[in-house]
Amino acid sequence: MAVTVKIPTQLRATTGGQADLSAEGSTVGEVLDAVFAEHGDLKDRITEGGELRRFVNVYVGGEDIRYGEGLGTEVDDGAEVTILPAVAGGC
Amino acid sequence: MAVKNLKCKECSAEYELGANFFCAECFGPLEVKYDHSDLNPEETRRRIQAGSRGIWRYADFLPFENKAGDPLEPGMTPLLKADRLSEILGTGAEIYIKNDAANPTHSFKDRVVAVAIAKAKELGFETVACASTGNLANAVAAHAAAAGLDSYVFVPSNLEEQKLLATDIYGTNLVGVKGNYDDVNRLCTQLADEKPWAFVNVNLRPYYAEGSKTLAFETVEQLGWNLPDRVVAPIASGSLFTKISRGFQEWQEVGLVEGEQPVFHGAQAEGCSPVATAFAEGTRVCRPQKPDTIAKSLAIGDPADGPYAVAQANKTGGSIDAVSDDEIRAGIRLLAETTGIFTETAGGVTVGVLKKLADRGELKDGEKVVVYITGEGLKTLDANRDSFALTAIDPSPESFESKFGQEVAA
Repeated sequence: MAVTVKIPTQLRATTGGQADLSAEGSTVGEVLDAVFAEHGDLKDRITEGGELRRFVNVYVGGEDIRYGEGLGTEVDDGAEVTILPAVAGGC
Repeated sequence: MAVKNLKCKECSAEYELGANFFCAECFGPLEVKYDHSDLNPEETRRRIQAGSRGIWRYADFLPFENKAGDPLEPGMTPLLKADRLSEILGTGAEIYIKNDAANPTHSFKDRVVAVAIAKAKELGFETVACASTGNLANAVAAHAAAAGLDSYVFVPSNLEEQKLLATDIYGTNLVGVKGNYDDVNRLCTQLADEKPWAFVNVNLRPYYAEGSKTLAFETVEQLGWNLPDRVVAPIASGSLFTKISRGFQEWQEVGLVEGEQPVFHGAQAEGCSPVATAFAEGTRVCRPQKPDTIAKSLAIGDPADGPYAVAQANKTGGSIDAVSDDEIRAGIRLLAETTGIFTETAGGVTVGVLKKLADRGELKDGEKVVVYITGEGLKTLDANRDSFALTAIDPSPESFESKFGQEVAA
């Protein structure tokens, strides 16, 4: 199943400048592994020891995957996976 | 001047002073660094005392090389000794209320926004924006109007009417997002990546957060250049909580004030308490929550500075508590009836937690406890709607006597 992975500007150096990547997978983890297979630098930037870094948020269809099953969160065909820095916002 | 650069709070990577908020290496938050090694405490104190009337008197500790200022200068809000509140809470502690509703748009957000908008102007931005639970929306719209900048204000569409009206009145572009604050925040993080705008709490967040330190500076000045023993402050993202501590710390390091960091107590609403939950569970990891509370200004389910707030409470021997919606309403009324200050729901949360601390015997005789009241009750009227008693009478002395005669005589 193909999903779109949205890459923020600051990480596009690791994807050859691409903002949107297409990848296969049935969970967020599988999708990211497919992306990492082509863009190894991205893996080092957003993961540490196989886990997402603490200040990286990943969303499926706008929903934070920590409300779901984390990297095990299922993704449907045509879904949008968004990677964003987590430190924004607040009072 | 003192401001130096931006530095990652996690991995210490350093960056130039620009519109940048997270570390390219590890995604950690960036923070403004200063070099205060050449500050003489006596000269600095004199400069502060001879400075402007609000936050810009602390220019040595704000992120600008050249003197900044603004037409709506916030700050130097009253610090009131609340003896009747101490008495009713049955504590021998001296309780002080820092009433930050007494700012230009009636919340502490004027402090952070004044700093962020001065920085936006310095960096050459023409449009400012924010993700807000309401108070920030008011402040950004007002300060942008005063500075002659365009503004876009993003809020959850279910916000209190008072906060929507008091934002739109300044001629901003008010955008109601169908979702909660965390959805608004995610949207703004995406837009900040695409638009040439200064989002005060996204790409200007390191500077914005610095404004909260001025609450600590004023507290020290108003206590006669002394530190309080204990503070109670609300926690939404955790930024205010940690920056009050940073303010005290910077003045301790420069030698402007002697003594230990106060004990830090954080306040959250039960309906959105990711930081209080992490504290209770003994972890720094704040699992995100879907907010359901009347304290909408604290309804951040995914708090960016949560881990640092937990660390701050632990380090000082403090705590982070959560209170129910009923305790919030009772807190609003308790503060109003004992001090004459009508606060919004966030203040109700803070006073509710103060009461918990008093009930637990954590407030000690003679110590100075500063309670940070961050917003105005007239902005959250819904929380107290139908809570008042009105006795209707005819316009005659007889009618008054028939209803109140006994009370007056007694």
